[in-house]
Amino acid sequence: MKTLLVASDVKKTFVMHMRGGVELPVVTNVSFSLKSGSCAVLGGPSGVGKSSILKMLYGNYGCDSGQILVQHHGKHIDVASADPRMVLAIRRDTIGYVSQFLRAVPRVSALDVAAEPLLIRGIAQEIAHQRARDLFAELNLPEKLWSLPPATFSGGEQQRVNIARGFITDHPILLLDEPTASLDAANREVVIDLIARKKADGAALLGIFHDQDVRNAVADHVIDVSAFATGKTAA
Amino acid sequence: MSLSQTIDAPVGKLASAPSQPLLSVDNLTRVYGKRIGCADVSFDLWPGEVLAIVGESGSGKTTLLNCISSRMTPTCGTVHYRMRDGESADIYKMAEAERRYLMRTDWGFVHQNPIDGLRMTVSAGANVGERLMAVGNRHYGNIRNTAIEWLSRVEIDEDRVDDQPRTFSGGMRQRLQIARNLVTEPRLVFMDEPTGGLDVSVQARLLDLLRGLVSDLGLAVVVVTHDLAVARLLSDRMIVMKEGRVIEAGLTDRVLDDPRAPYTQLLVSSILQV
Repeated sequence: MKTLLVASDVKKTFVMHMRGGVELPVVTNVSFSLKSGSCAVLGGPSGVGKSSILKMLYGNYGCDSGQILVQHHGKHIDVASADPRMVLAIRRDTIGYVSQFLRAVPRVSALDVAAEPLLIRGIAQEIAHQRARDLFAELNLPEKLWSLPPATFSGGEQQRVNIARGFITDHPILLLDEPTASLDAANREVVIDLIARKKADGAALLGIFHDQDVRNAVADHVIDVSAFATGKTAA
Repeated sequence: MSLSQTIDAPVGKLASAPSQPLLSVDNLTRVYGKRIGCADVSFDLWPGEVLAIVGESGSGKTTLLNCISSRMTPTCGTVHYRMRDGESADIYKMAEAERRYLMRTDWGFVHQNPIDGLRMTVSAGANVGERLMAVGNRHYGNIRNTAIEWLSRVEIDEDRVDDQPRTFSGGMRQRLQIARNLVTEPRLVFMDEPTGGLDVSVQARLLDLLRGLVSDLGLAVVVVTHDLAVARLLSDRMIVMKEGRVIEAGLTDRVLDDPRAPYTQLLVSSILQV
């Protein structure tokens, strides 16, 4: 199995200037790797820093120190120190992300939201839309919603748009932040199946799943984030 | 590490990405007597990239925009632009005629107030057609057809082509100004608070339109805004200014979700939730 991502000694602290510069240590010495064809799960209680780790891997949060090496077009790139254009290129081609909540843009249809990651890679609109329709159908999203902007959708409907958007590409690395939190049992099964297919295709996945059944179904190994916690003793 | 170094950090090679910036701004400074308009601003802008300049009123955003778009001469510093022939030119060392031609053809400037960017007493069609004539088009029928095509792209009905923009609503005027700027297929567009003063439903429509045009045409854009939601929606990268200086810069979602500088944290925490 090929290693696609290696995090080593990653550290994150928030400095809250609005609160007189108080430091909130989040995680330290975060070290793990992700391998092709497997799904790792970040474990530990709420607030221990699981989402922060996903966001650092995606370049959405900065790191104080450490390295996050990613296989990007055959080269090793450090996301932690990459410039903005490189981070955008890595997101376009290498790292996909299913966020917990959908950030809806006014007037943009669910179909366009889900197809966008393919469109920015230059895939023709008909192909991208067909792929989005297939995923929506598989995720049991009612067809009458497809052409509407998702701002007014229910939580579970928005989450399925988000899942379609994340799974539509063939990114070698896929990050999942509680993708099943608002889904019913039938749709959780669909997501479990989508994850299994990604693994079979050789992707490396890293997820946060609070649902025990989903976690048992998809996890190849668990990374215990409590081990990276800083004890929450502010300096 | 200084901020200007962060912004100028070397860029990794990407097979599909253009290898050279379209616009390079180096240590740009503009002072008004003893007061600073903007100071020591440096950044590169690549083809197809959208850069937002944010900060509160008086932070130097508009001074900076005017200096890089050749509308105001900087006190010191340079602005280089990569011309269509691939050569990089210092815009303040060009002949005045050459600079004007560049502004009329390869660049666009969208003002906050459409009155500053439109001619209010000639027809909508003429407002769009005028830029076409500036690049040498002379055939009336072709100009009119292109103008009508652009009006429809910005969602203005064809039957308004002969009306003057003073009969248009604020949102329509702004869309007309955008059509007038984009008709010559510029590669770089400057925007100064393009959605300022519009009510939110009109603003949403305009933002959606801008997003579509920017990605369809592969435009590079420098957009000044005090509205962080507009910056999030439109831009790839962001520069935060305070008292004329760049205090934070980087990927838009990182600056907004993980702000470092005290002032950026204040700005982000001041956004009203609906």
